Amino acid sequence: MTEHAERLQRAASGVWRRPPLIRDWRYRLALALAVLVYLVLASWSVEVNWTRVAEGASRGLNFLGAFLQPDFTSRWRDIQQGLLESLTMTLTSTVIGILLAIPVGIGAARNMAPLPIYLFCRSIIAISRTFQEVIIAILFVVMFGFGPLAGMITLAFATIGFMAKLLAEDIEDIDERQVEAIRATGGSWLQLMNYAVQPQVMPRLIGLSLYRLDINFRESAVIGIVGAGGIGATLNTSLSRYEYDTAAAVLLIIIGIVMMTEYLSGYVRKWVQ
Amino acid sequence: MLTLKQLTKRYTTGDKALTSVSLEIPAGQVAALIGPSGAGKSTLIRCVNRLVEPTEGQVFLGDTELTGLSSRQLRRARRRMGMIFQEYALIDRLTVMENVLSGYLGYTGFWRSYFRRYPQPVVQQAFKLLQRVGLENFIDKRADALSGGQRQRVGIARALLQSPEILLVDEPTASLDPKTSRQIMRLIKELCVERQLAAIINIHDVQLAQLFADRIIGLRAGQLVFDGQPEQLDAEILTRIYGEEDWNHASESGDVEEVMDPSVSQNHAQVTLRAASV
Repeated sequence: MTEHAERLQRAASGVWRRPPLIRDWRYRLALALAVLVYLVLASWSVEVNWTRVAEGASRGLNFLGAFLQPDFTSRWRDIQQGLLESLTMTLTSTVIGILLAIPVGIGAARNMAPLPIYLFCRSIIAISRTFQEVIIAILFVVMFGFGPLAGMITLAFATIGFMAKLLAEDIEDIDERQVEAIRATGGSWLQLMNYAVQPQVMPRLIGLSLYRLDINFRESAVIGIVGAGGIGATLNTSLSRYEYDTAAAVLLIIIGIVMMTEYLSGYVRKWVQ
Repeated sequence: MLTLKQLTKRYTTGDKALTSVSLEIPAGQVAALIGPSGAGKSTLIRCVNRLVEPTEGQVFLGDTELTGLSSRQLRRARRRMGMIFQEYALIDRLTVMENVLSGYLGYTGFWRSYFRRYPQPVVQQAFKLLQRVGLENFIDKRADALSGGQRQRVGIARALLQSPEILLVDEPTASLDPKTSRQIMRLIKELCVERQLAAIINIHDVQLAQLFADRIIGLRAGQLVFDGQPEQLDAEILTRIYGEEDWNHASESGDVEEVMDPSVSQNHAQVTLRAASV
Protein backbone atom coordinates (compact mmCIF):
# COMPACT_ATOMS: atom_id res chain seq x y z
CA MET A 1 0.00 0.00 0.00
CA THR A 2 1.30 3.45 -0.81
CA GLU A 3 2.04 5.91 1.93
CA HIS A 4 -0.73 8.20 0.73
CA ALA A 5 -3.36 5.46 0.88
CA GLU A 6 -2.10 4.54 4.32
CA ARG A 7 -2.56 8.10 5.52
CA LEU A 8 -6.05 8.21 4.07
CA GLN A 9 -6.97 5.02 5.86
CA ARG A 10 -5.61 6.24 9.17
CA ALA A 11 -7.44 9.58 8.76
CA ALA A 12 -10.66 7.67 8.11
CA SER A 13 -10.18 5.88 11.43
CA GLY A 14 -9.68 9.26 13.14
CA VAL A 15 -5.88 9.42 13.42
CA TRP A 16 -4.31 12.34 11.63
CA ARG A 17 -0.96 14.08 12.12
CA ARG A 18 0.34 17.09 10.28
CA PRO A 19 2.67 15.90 7.49
CA PRO A 20 6.25 16.45 8.76
CA LEU A 21 8.62 18.75 6.89
CA ILE A 22 11.11 15.92 6.38
CA ARG A 23 9.23 12.78 5.44
CA ASP A 24 11.61 10.06 6.67
CA TRP A 25 12.00 9.87 10.46
CA ARG A 26 15.56 8.54 10.07
CA TYR A 27 16.61 11.74 8.27
CA ARG A 28 14.89 13.80 10.93
CA LEU A 29 16.78 12.01 13.69
CA ALA A 30 20.10 12.18 11.84
CA LEU A 31 19.72 15.90 11.25
CA ALA A 32 18.92 16.60 14.91
CA LEU A 33 21.90 14.51 16.03
CA ALA A 34 24.23 16.21 13.58
CA VAL A 35 23.28 19.65 14.88
CA LEU A 36 23.75 18.51 18.47
CA VAL A 37 27.17 16.96 17.78
CA TYR A 38 28.35 20.11 15.98
CA LEU A 39 27.18 22.28 18.85
CA VAL A 40 29.05 20.23 21.44
CA LEU A 41 32.25 20.06 19.38
CA ALA A 42 32.11 23.76 18.59
CA SER A 43 31.75 24.76 22.24
CA TRP A 44 34.63 22.47 23.16
CA SER A 45 36.87 24.13 20.59
CA VAL A 46 36.62 27.55 22.23
CA GLU A 47 39.47 27.92 24.68
CA VAL A 48 38.76 29.79 27.87
CA ASN A 49 41.60 31.15 29.99
CA TRP A 50 39.93 31.18 33.39
CA THR A 51 42.71 33.05 35.21
CA ARG A 52 42.41 35.86 32.63
CA VAL A 53 38.66 35.91 33.13
CA ALA A 54 39.10 36.23 36.88
CA GLU A 55 41.51 39.12 36.38
CA GLY A 56 39.30 40.84 33.85
CA ALA A 57 36.21 40.45 35.97
CA SER A 58 37.47 43.00 38.46
CA ARG A 59 38.30 45.45 35.67
CA GLY A 60 34.88 44.90 34.22
CA LEU A 61 33.37 45.58 37.61
CA ASN A 62 35.37 48.81 37.78
CA PHE A 63 33.90 49.78 34.46
CA LEU A 64 30.39 48.95 35.56
CA GLY A 65 30.99 50.74 38.85
CA ALA A 66 31.83 53.88 36.93
CA PHE A 67 28.31 53.84 35.58
CA LEU A 68 27.03 54.46 39.08
CA GLN A 69 29.03 57.67 39.22
CA PRO A 70 29.30 58.99 35.66
CA ASP A 71 31.35 62.14 35.32
CA PHE A 72 29.70 64.60 32.99
CA THR A 73 31.60 67.69 34.13
CA SER A 74 35.36 67.32 33.93
CA ARG A 75 35.43 66.60 30.20
CA TRP A 76 32.16 68.32 29.33
CA ARG A 77 33.69 70.44 26.56
CA ASP A 78 35.00 67.32 24.78
CA ILE A 79 31.71 65.54 25.25
CA GLN A 80 29.78 68.51 23.97
CA GLN A 81 31.96 68.90 20.90
CA GLY A 82 31.82 65.19 20.12
CA LEU A 83 28.09 65.15 20.57
CA LEU A 84 27.53 68.09 18.25
CA GLU A 85 29.80 66.54 15.66
CA SER A 86 27.96 63.26 15.92
CA LEU A 87 24.54 64.83 15.61
CA THR A 88 25.59 66.88 12.59
CA MET A 89 27.16 63.83 11.03
CA THR A 90 24.09 61.74 11.73
CA LEU A 91 21.58 64.18 10.32
CA THR A 92 23.50 65.15 7.18
CA SER A 93 24.48 61.57 6.37
CA THR A 94 20.92 60.36 6.85
CA VAL A 95 19.45 63.05 4.60
CA ILE A 96 22.08 62.62 1.88
CA GLY A 97 21.91 58.85 2.14
CA ILE A 98 18.14 58.75 1.81
CA LEU A 99 18.07 61.19 -1.11
CA LEU A 100 20.52 58.95 -2.94
CA ALA A 101 18.80 55.77 -1.81
CA ILE A 102 15.42 56.68 -3.31
CA PRO A 103 16.46 56.52 -6.97
CA VAL A 104 18.60 53.46 -6.29
CA GLY A 105 15.71 51.80 -4.48
CA ILE A 106 13.27 52.48 -7.32
CA GLY A 107 15.82 51.15 -9.79
CA ALA A 108 16.30 48.04 -7.69
CA ALA A 109 12.60 47.17 -7.68
CA ARG A 110 12.07 44.51 -10.31
CA ASN A 111 8.52 45.63 -11.08
CA MET A 112 9.55 49.23 -11.83
CA ALA A 113 12.90 49.06 -13.60
CA PRO A 114 14.15 47.28 -16.72
CA LEU A 115 16.69 44.51 -16.13
CA PRO A 116 19.97 46.41 -16.78
CA ILE A 117 19.02 49.22 -14.39
CA TYR A 118 17.79 46.67 -11.88
CA LEU A 119 21.11 44.81 -11.93
CA PHE A 120 23.09 48.04 -11.68
CA CYS A 121 21.12 49.29 -8.67
CA ARG A 122 21.19 45.90 -6.99
CA SER A 123 24.97 45.82 -7.29
CA ILE A 124 25.23 49.26 -5.68
CA ILE A 125 23.16 47.91 -2.82
CA ALA A 126 25.25 44.76 -2.59
CA ILE A 127 28.50 46.72 -2.41
CA SER A 128 27.14 49.09 0.19
CA ARG A 129 25.84 46.26 2.32
CA THR A 130 28.81 43.93 2.04
CA PHE A 131 31.14 46.18 4.02
CA GLN A 132 30.44 46.93 7.61
CA GLU A 133 30.50 50.61 8.56
CA VAL A 134 33.79 50.29 10.44
CA ILE A 135 35.60 48.95 7.39
CA ILE A 136 34.22 51.67 5.14
CA ALA A 137 35.09 54.24 7.81
CA ILE A 138 38.72 53.09 7.87
CA LEU A 139 38.86 53.50 4.09
CA PHE A 140 37.33 56.98 4.17
CA VAL A 141 39.52 58.07 7.08
CA VAL A 142 42.51 57.10 4.97
CA MET A 143 41.06 59.05 2.02
CA PHE A 144 39.77 62.18 3.77
CA GLY A 145 41.77 62.25 6.99
CA PHE A 146 40.54 62.09 10.58
CA GLY A 147 37.33 63.87 11.45
CA PRO A 148 33.60 63.99 10.89
CA LEU A 149 33.75 64.34 7.10
CA ALA A 150 34.97 60.76 6.76
CA GLY A 151 32.28 59.70 9.21
CA MET A 152 29.55 61.50 7.34
CA ILE A 153 30.48 59.95 4.01
CA THR A 154 30.71 56.52 5.62
CA LEU A 155 27.27 56.76 7.12
CA ALA A 156 25.73 58.18 3.97
CA PHE A 157 27.20 55.30 1.99
CA ALA A 158 25.91 52.72 4.45
CA THR A 159 22.50 54.41 4.47
CA ILE A 160 22.17 54.01 0.70
CA GLY A 161 22.50 50.24 0.88
CA PHE A 162 20.17 49.87 3.83
CA MET A 163 17.42 52.21 2.67
CA ALA A 164 17.55 51.26 -1.02
CA LYS A 165 17.25 47.57 -0.26
CA LEU A 166 14.28 47.95 2.05
CA LEU A 167 12.62 50.51 -0.20
CA ALA A 168 13.04 48.24 -3.22
CA GLU A 169 11.48 45.35 -1.35
CA ASP A 170 8.59 47.54 -0.29
CA ILE A 171 8.06 48.71 -3.87
CA GLU A 172 8.08 45.11 -5.07
CA ASP A 173 5.30 44.36 -2.58
CA ILE A 174 2.96 47.18 -3.56
CA ASP A 175 -0.55 46.60 -4.82
CA GLU A 176 -0.13 46.21 -8.58
CA ARG A 177 -3.76 47.06 -9.26
CA GLN A 178 -3.22 50.64 -8.17
CA VAL A 179 -0.28 50.85 -10.55
CA GLU A 180 -2.43 49.40 -13.31
CA ALA A 181 -5.17 51.93 -12.62
CA ILE A 182 -2.82 54.90 -12.95
CA ARG A 183 -1.22 53.38 -16.03
CA ALA A 184 -4.69 53.01 -17.56
CA THR A 185 -5.34 56.75 -17.22
CA GLY A 186 -2.45 57.45 -19.56
CA GLY A 187 -0.15 58.76 -16.83
CA SER A 188 3.59 58.97 -17.47
CA TRP A 189 6.22 57.01 -15.57
CA LEU A 190 6.90 59.87 -13.18
CA GLN A 191 3.19 60.30 -12.53
CA LEU A 192 2.97 56.58 -11.92
CA MET A 193 5.68 56.91 -9.28
CA ASN A 194 4.03 59.92 -7.70
CA TYR A 195 0.45 58.64 -7.67
CA ALA A 196 0.59 54.86 -7.52
CA VAL A 197 3.88 54.04 -5.81
CA GLN A 198 4.70 56.92 -3.47
CA PRO A 199 1.47 56.83 -1.43
CA GLN A 200 1.91 53.11 -0.91
CA VAL A 201 5.51 53.20 0.28
CA MET A 202 5.60 56.57 2.05
CA PRO A 203 4.71 55.45 5.59
CA ARG A 204 7.34 52.76 5.53
CA LEU A 205 9.88 55.10 3.96
CA ILE A 206 9.35 57.60 6.75
CA GLY A 207 9.51 54.90 9.40
CA LEU A 208 12.70 53.47 7.96
CA SER A 209 14.27 56.92 7.66
CA LEU A 210 13.74 57.55 11.35
CA TYR A 211 15.04 54.09 12.16
CA ARG A 212 18.10 54.76 10.03
CA LEU A 213 18.58 58.09 11.80
CA ASP A 214 18.98 56.34 15.09
CA ILE A 215 21.16 53.60 13.61
CA ASN A 216 23.41 56.30 12.16
CA PHE A 217 23.70 57.95 15.54
CA ARG A 218 24.73 54.69 17.17
CA GLU A 219 27.13 53.93 14.33
CA SER A 220 28.66 57.39 14.64
CA ALA A 221 29.82 56.34 18.11
CA VAL A 222 31.44 53.20 16.73
CA ILE A 223 33.15 54.68 13.69
CA GLY A 224 34.50 57.50 15.87
CA ILE A 225 36.71 54.87 17.42
CA VAL A 226 38.53 54.34 14.12
CA GLY A 227 39.03 58.07 13.67
CA ALA A 228 35.90 59.27 11.95
CA GLY A 229 35.19 61.95 14.56
CA GLY A 230 32.13 62.54 16.66
CA ILE A 231 31.15 61.21 20.04
CA GLY A 232 32.99 57.96 19.26
CA ALA A 233 36.26 59.82 19.24
CA THR A 234 35.48 61.28 22.65
CA LEU A 235 34.53 57.85 23.92
CA ASN A 236 37.70 56.33 22.55
CA THR A 237 39.89 58.99 24.14
CA SER A 238 38.30 58.57 27.54
CA LEU A 239 38.59 54.79 27.36
CA SER A 240 42.25 54.91 26.42
CA ARG A 241 42.88 57.26 29.35
CA TYR A 242 41.07 54.79 31.65
CA GLU A 243 38.57 57.55 32.51
CA TYR A 244 35.71 55.14 32.85
CA ASP A 245 33.51 57.69 34.59
CA THR A 246 33.68 59.99 31.57
CA ALA A 247 33.15 57.05 29.23
CA ALA A 248 30.13 56.11 31.30
CA ALA A 249 28.77 59.62 30.91
CA VAL A 250 29.21 59.40 27.13
CA LEU A 251 27.51 56.02 26.98
CA LEU A 252 24.61 57.24 29.10
CA ILE A 253 24.12 60.19 26.77
CA ILE A 254 24.15 57.85 23.76
CA ILE A 255 21.58 55.60 25.41
CA GLY A 256 19.41 58.61 26.23
CA ILE A 257 19.48 59.95 22.68
CA VAL A 258 18.84 56.54 21.12
CA MET A 259 15.88 56.00 23.41
CA MET A 260 14.53 59.40 22.54
CA THR A 261 14.71 58.80 18.78
CA GLU A 262 13.21 55.35 19.31
CA TYR A 263 10.22 56.82 21.08
CA LEU A 264 9.90 59.62 18.56
CA SER A 265 10.07 57.33 15.53
CA GLY A 266 7.43 55.04 17.00
CA TYR A 267 5.16 58.00 17.49
CA VAL A 268 5.73 59.42 14.01
CA ARG A 269 5.24 56.02 12.37
CA LYS A 270 1.85 55.63 13.98
CA TRP A 271 0.92 59.12 12.90
CA VAL A 272 1.80 58.69 9.19
CA GLN A 273 0.03 55.36 8.71
CA MET B 1 -15.94 52.47 -32.16
CA LEU B 2 -13.86 49.58 -30.89
CA THR B 3 -12.78 46.84 -33.22
CA LEU B 4 -10.82 43.72 -32.37
CA LYS B 5 -9.37 41.75 -35.25
CA GLN B 6 -8.15 38.22 -34.71
CA LEU B 7 -6.87 39.13 -31.28
CA THR B 8 -4.67 36.43 -29.76
CA LYS B 9 -2.79 36.40 -26.50
CA ARG B 10 -0.30 33.75 -25.54
CA TYR B 11 1.40 34.19 -22.17
CA THR B 12 5.11 33.48 -21.89
CA THR B 13 4.20 30.43 -19.84
CA GLY B 14 2.65 29.06 -23.03
CA ASP B 15 -0.95 29.40 -21.88
CA LYS B 16 -3.17 30.64 -24.65
CA ALA B 17 -5.54 33.14 -23.05
CA LEU B 18 -7.24 34.41 -26.20
CA THR B 19 -7.59 32.74 -29.57
CA SER B 20 -8.35 34.87 -32.55
CA VAL B 21 -11.14 36.97 -31.08
CA SER B 22 -12.86 39.40 -33.45
CA LEU B 23 -15.41 41.88 -32.24
CA GLU B 24 -16.88 45.23 -33.05
CA ILE B 25 -18.52 47.47 -30.53
CA PRO B 26 -20.35 50.55 -31.84
CA ALA B 27 -20.51 53.83 -29.92
CA GLY B 28 -23.03 53.85 -27.11
CA GLN B 29 -23.30 50.09 -26.79
CA VAL B 30 -22.91 48.35 -23.46
CA ALA B 31 -21.56 44.88 -24.03
CA ALA B 32 -21.28 42.35 -21.24
CA LEU B 33 -18.46 39.84 -21.48
CA ILE B 34 -19.36 36.65 -19.68
CA GLY B 35 -17.60 33.34 -19.28
CA PRO B 36 -16.09 31.05 -16.68
CA SER B 37 -13.07 32.06 -14.60
CA GLY B 38 -9.93 31.83 -16.68
CA ALA B 39 -11.81 32.23 -19.95
CA GLY B 40 -9.71 35.27 -20.81
CA LYS B 41 -12.19 38.03 -19.99
CA SER B 42 -9.70 40.14 -18.02
CA THR B 43 -7.02 39.49 -20.60
CA LEU B 44 -9.30 40.66 -23.38
CA ILE B 45 -10.09 43.92 -21.64
CA ARG B 46 -6.44 44.51 -20.81
CA CYS B 47 -5.37 43.79 -24.36
CA VAL B 48 -7.51 46.70 -25.50
CA ASN B 49 -5.59 49.36 -23.56
CA ARG B 50 -2.47 47.22 -23.69
CA LEU B 51 -1.98 46.75 -19.99
CA VAL B 52 -1.42 43.28 -21.40
CA GLU B 53 0.42 43.16 -24.74
CA PRO B 54 -1.54 41.14 -27.30
CA THR B 55 0.50 38.50 -29.14
CA GLU B 56 -1.26 38.74 -32.48
CA GLY B 57 -4.11 40.64 -34.03
CA GLN B 58 -5.18 44.25 -34.05
CA VAL B 59 -7.21 46.57 -31.89
CA PHE B 60 -8.74 49.72 -33.32
CA LEU B 61 -10.24 52.54 -31.31
CA GLY B 62 -12.04 54.63 -33.90
CA ASP B 63 -9.40 55.01 -36.60
CA THR B 64 -6.42 54.52 -34.30
CA GLU B 65 -4.73 51.17 -34.38
CA LEU B 66 -3.80 50.74 -30.72
CA THR B 67 -1.65 47.69 -31.31
CA GLY B 68 0.88 49.63 -33.36
CA LEU B 69 1.40 52.65 -31.11
CA SER B 70 4.65 53.74 -29.54
CA SER B 71 4.56 54.06 -25.77
CA ARG B 72 4.07 57.81 -25.98
CA GLN B 73 1.21 57.50 -28.44
CA LEU B 74 -0.23 54.69 -26.36
CA ARG B 75 -0.38 56.97 -23.32
CA ARG B 76 -2.33 59.50 -25.36
CA ALA B 77 -4.67 56.80 -26.61
CA ARG B 78 -5.25 55.46 -23.09
CA ARG B 79 -6.85 58.77 -22.17
CA ARG B 80 -9.71 57.84 -24.47
CA MET B 81 -10.36 54.59 -22.59
CA GLY B 82 -11.62 54.74 -19.02
CA MET B 83 -11.04 51.67 -16.92
CA ILE B 84 -12.99 50.47 -13.91
CA PHE B 85 -11.60 47.68 -11.75
CA GLN B 86 -12.80 44.77 -9.68
CA GLU B 87 -11.20 45.79 -6.39
CA TYR B 88 -11.72 49.46 -7.30
CA ALA B 89 -7.91 49.97 -7.55
CA LEU B 90 -8.12 53.34 -5.87
CA ILE B 91 -5.01 54.79 -4.33
CA ASP B 92 -5.87 54.04 -0.72
CA ARG B 93 -3.87 56.74 0.97
CA LEU B 94 -4.92 59.55 -1.35
CA THR B 95 -8.08 61.57 -0.92
CA VAL B 96 -11.21 60.94 -2.94
CA MET B 97 -10.57 64.14 -4.89
CA GLU B 98 -7.00 63.14 -5.74
CA ASN B 99 -8.26 59.77 -6.89
CA VAL B 100 -10.79 61.35 -9.21
CA LEU B 101 -8.28 63.93 -10.46
CA SER B 102 -5.85 61.13 -11.27
CA GLY B 103 -8.16 60.44 -14.21
CA TYR B 104 -6.72 63.63 -15.71
CA LEU B 105 -3.08 62.50 -15.44
CA GLY B 106 -2.84 61.66 -19.12
CA TYR B 107 -3.67 65.26 -20.03
CA THR B 108 -1.34 67.05 -17.68
CA GLY B 109 2.37 67.51 -17.10
CA PHE B 110 4.25 65.98 -14.19
CA TRP B 111 4.80 69.06 -12.04
CA ARG B 112 1.21 70.17 -12.27
CA SER B 113 0.05 66.76 -11.12
CA TYR B 114 2.83 66.56 -8.52
CA PHE B 115 1.66 69.75 -6.82
CA ARG B 116 -2.00 68.82 -7.41
CA ARG B 117 -2.47 72.10 -9.25
CA TYR B 118 -5.11 70.99 -11.69
CA PRO B 119 -6.80 73.58 -13.93
CA GLN B 120 -9.93 75.02 -12.37
CA PRO B 121 -12.33 73.60 -14.99
CA VAL B 122 -10.91 70.14 -14.34
CA VAL B 123 -11.47 70.41 -10.60
CA GLN B 124 -14.97 71.68 -11.33
CA GLN B 125 -15.59 68.74 -13.63
CA ALA B 126 -14.26 66.33 -11.00
CA PHE B 127 -16.57 67.84 -8.42
CA LYS B 128 -19.51 67.55 -10.77
CA LEU B 129 -18.74 63.90 -11.35
CA LEU B 130 -18.54 63.30 -7.61
CA GLN B 131 -21.91 64.98 -7.29
CA ARG B 132 -23.24 62.77 -10.05
CA VAL B 133 -22.18 59.63 -8.18
CA GLY B 134 -23.36 61.11 -4.90
CA LEU B 135 -20.05 61.52 -3.12
CA GLU B 136 -19.46 65.28 -3.12
CA ASN B 137 -19.31 65.35 0.69
CA PHE B 138 -16.40 62.94 0.68
CA ILE B 139 -13.85 64.95 -1.34
CA ASP B 140 -11.33 65.17 1.47
CA LYS B 141 -11.83 61.66 2.85
CA ARG B 142 -9.12 59.12 2.25
CA ALA B 143 -10.16 56.49 -0.27
CA ASP B 144 -9.60 53.66 2.21
CA ALA B 145 -12.18 55.20 4.53
CA LEU B 146 -15.01 54.49 2.09
CA SER B 147 -17.22 51.44 1.73
CA GLY B 148 -16.97 49.13 -1.27
CA GLY B 149 -19.82 50.69 -3.19
CA GLN B 150 -18.57 54.20 -2.52
CA ARG B 151 -15.09 53.25 -3.65
CA GLN B 152 -16.39 51.83 -6.88
CA ARG B 153 -18.27 55.07 -7.51
CA VAL B 154 -15.02 56.99 -7.02
CA GLY B 155 -13.47 54.57 -9.51
CA ILE B 156 -16.22 55.37 -11.97
CA ALA B 157 -15.76 59.12 -11.50
CA ARG B 158 -12.03 58.71 -12.09
CA ALA B 159 -12.64 56.85 -15.33
CA LEU B 160 -15.14 59.48 -16.50
CA LEU B 161 -12.81 62.40 -15.81
CA GLN B 162 -10.69 61.05 -18.65
CA SER B 163 -13.62 62.03 -20.94
CA PRO B 164 -13.33 58.57 -22.45
CA GLU B 165 -15.01 57.25 -25.56
CA ILE B 166 -15.21 53.78 -24.16
CA LEU B 167 -15.27 52.22 -20.71
CA LEU B 168 -13.35 49.05 -20.00
CA VAL B 169 -14.97 47.57 -16.95
CA ASP B 170 -13.38 44.59 -15.21
CA GLU B 171 -15.72 42.73 -12.83
CA PRO B 172 -17.15 45.92 -11.29
CA THR B 173 -19.39 44.06 -8.87
CA ALA B 174 -17.33 41.05 -7.88
CA SER B 175 -16.53 42.44 -4.43
CA LEU B 176 -19.91 44.01 -3.77
CA ASP B 177 -23.14 42.81 -2.19
CA PRO B 178 -26.10 42.10 -4.51
CA LYS B 179 -27.90 45.38 -3.92
CA THR B 180 -24.81 47.55 -4.33
CA SER B 181 -23.90 45.50 -7.40
CA ARG B 182 -27.16 46.46 -9.04
CA GLN B 183 -26.76 50.10 -8.09
CA ILE B 184 -23.27 50.18 -9.55
CA MET B 185 -24.35 48.43 -12.75
CA ARG B 186 -27.31 50.77 -13.09
CA LEU B 187 -25.02 53.77 -12.61
CA ILE B 188 -22.59 52.55 -15.25
CA LYS B 189 -25.44 51.88 -17.64
CA GLU B 190 -27.01 55.30 -17.06
CA LEU B 191 -23.70 57.08 -17.53
CA CYS B 192 -23.09 55.20 -20.76
CA VAL B 193 -26.49 56.29 -22.04
CA GLU B 194 -26.01 59.90 -20.89
CA ARG B 195 -22.63 60.22 -22.52
CA GLN B 196 -23.07 57.90 -25.46
CA LEU B 197 -20.22 55.76 -24.19
CA ALA B 198 -19.42 52.32 -25.41
CA ALA B 199 -18.52 49.84 -22.69
CA ILE B 200 -17.19 46.34 -22.33
CA ILE B 201 -18.11 44.94 -18.95
CA ASN B 202 -16.57 41.74 -17.66
CA ILE B 203 -19.04 40.19 -15.37
CA HIS B 204 -19.61 36.75 -13.97
CA ASP B 205 -23.14 37.43 -12.79
CA VAL B 206 -25.28 36.40 -15.74
CA GLN B 207 -28.46 37.96 -14.40
CA LEU B 208 -26.82 41.34 -13.93
CA ALA B 209 -25.41 41.08 -17.42
CA GLN B 210 -28.87 40.37 -18.83
CA LEU B 211 -30.39 43.22 -16.89
CA PHE B 212 -28.00 45.97 -17.82
CA ALA B 213 -26.29 45.09 -21.08
CA ASP B 214 -27.39 45.69 -24.67
CA ARG B 215 -25.35 42.77 -25.85
CA ILE B 216 -23.84 39.62 -24.42
CA ILE B 217 -20.52 38.21 -25.50
CA GLY B 218 -19.64 34.72 -24.28
CA LEU B 219 -16.04 33.68 -23.94
CA ARG B 220 -14.88 30.18 -23.18
CA ALA B 221 -11.25 29.09 -23.00
CA GLY B 222 -10.18 32.18 -24.91
CA GLN B 223 -12.64 31.72 -27.74
CA LEU B 224 -15.73 33.62 -28.70
CA VAL B 225 -18.61 31.17 -28.31
CA PHE B 226 -21.61 33.50 -28.21
CA ASP B 227 -22.41 36.99 -29.38
CA GLY B 228 -25.99 38.15 -29.24
CA GLN B 229 -28.88 39.80 -27.46
CA PRO B 230 -29.44 39.33 -23.72
CA GLU B 231 -32.82 37.72 -24.35
CA GLN B 232 -31.21 35.04 -26.48
CA LEU B 233 -29.42 33.54 -23.49
CA ASP B 234 -30.93 30.19 -22.70
CA ALA B 235 -29.87 26.94 -21.12
CA GLU B 236 -28.28 25.70 -24.32
CA ILE B 237 -26.17 28.84 -24.75
CA LEU B 238 -25.18 28.97 -21.10
CA THR B 239 -24.00 25.38 -21.44
CA ARG B 240 -22.00 26.40 -24.48
CA ILE B 241 -20.33 29.16 -22.46
CA TYR B 242 -19.97 27.62 -19.04
CA GLY B 243 -20.34 23.89 -19.55
CA GLU B 244 -22.93 21.41 -18.42
CA GLU B 245 -25.17 22.41 -15.52
CA ASP B 246 -28.86 22.43 -14.72
CA TRP B 247 -29.48 26.02 -15.83
CA ASN B 248 -33.20 25.86 -15.28
CA HIS B 249 -32.90 25.97 -11.54
CA ALA B 250 -31.44 29.11 -10.06
CA SER B 251 -31.13 27.46 -6.68
CA GLU B 252 -31.15 23.93 -5.31
CA SER B 253 -34.54 24.32 -3.69
CA GLY B 254 -35.94 25.64 -6.94
CA ASP B 255 -37.82 28.55 -5.44
CA VAL B 256 -36.50 31.06 -7.94
CA GLU B 257 -37.36 28.83 -10.77
CA GLU B 258 -36.78 28.90 -14.44
CA VAL B 259 -35.27 32.35 -14.61
CA MET B 260 -33.17 31.13 -17.49
CA ASP B 261 -35.93 29.21 -19.19
CA PRO B 262 -36.22 30.34 -22.80
CA SER B 263 -39.98 29.88 -22.64
CA VAL B 264 -40.25 32.69 -20.13
CA SER B 265 -39.91 35.95 -21.98
CA GLN B 266 -36.98 38.16 -21.08
CA ASN B 267 -39.28 40.97 -20.00
CA HIS B 268 -41.05 38.67 -17.66
CA ALA B 269 -37.77 37.45 -16.21
CA GLN B 270 -36.62 41.01 -15.67
CA VAL B 271 -39.81 41.90 -13.92
CA THR B 272 -39.44 38.95 -11.56
CA LEU B 273 -35.84 39.86 -10.91
CA ARG B 274 -36.64 43.47 -10.21
CA ALA B 275 -39.49 42.45 -7.96
CA ALA B 276 -37.18 40.11 -6.09
CA SER B 277 -34.67 42.87 -5.49
CA VAL B 278 -37.08 45.32 -3.92
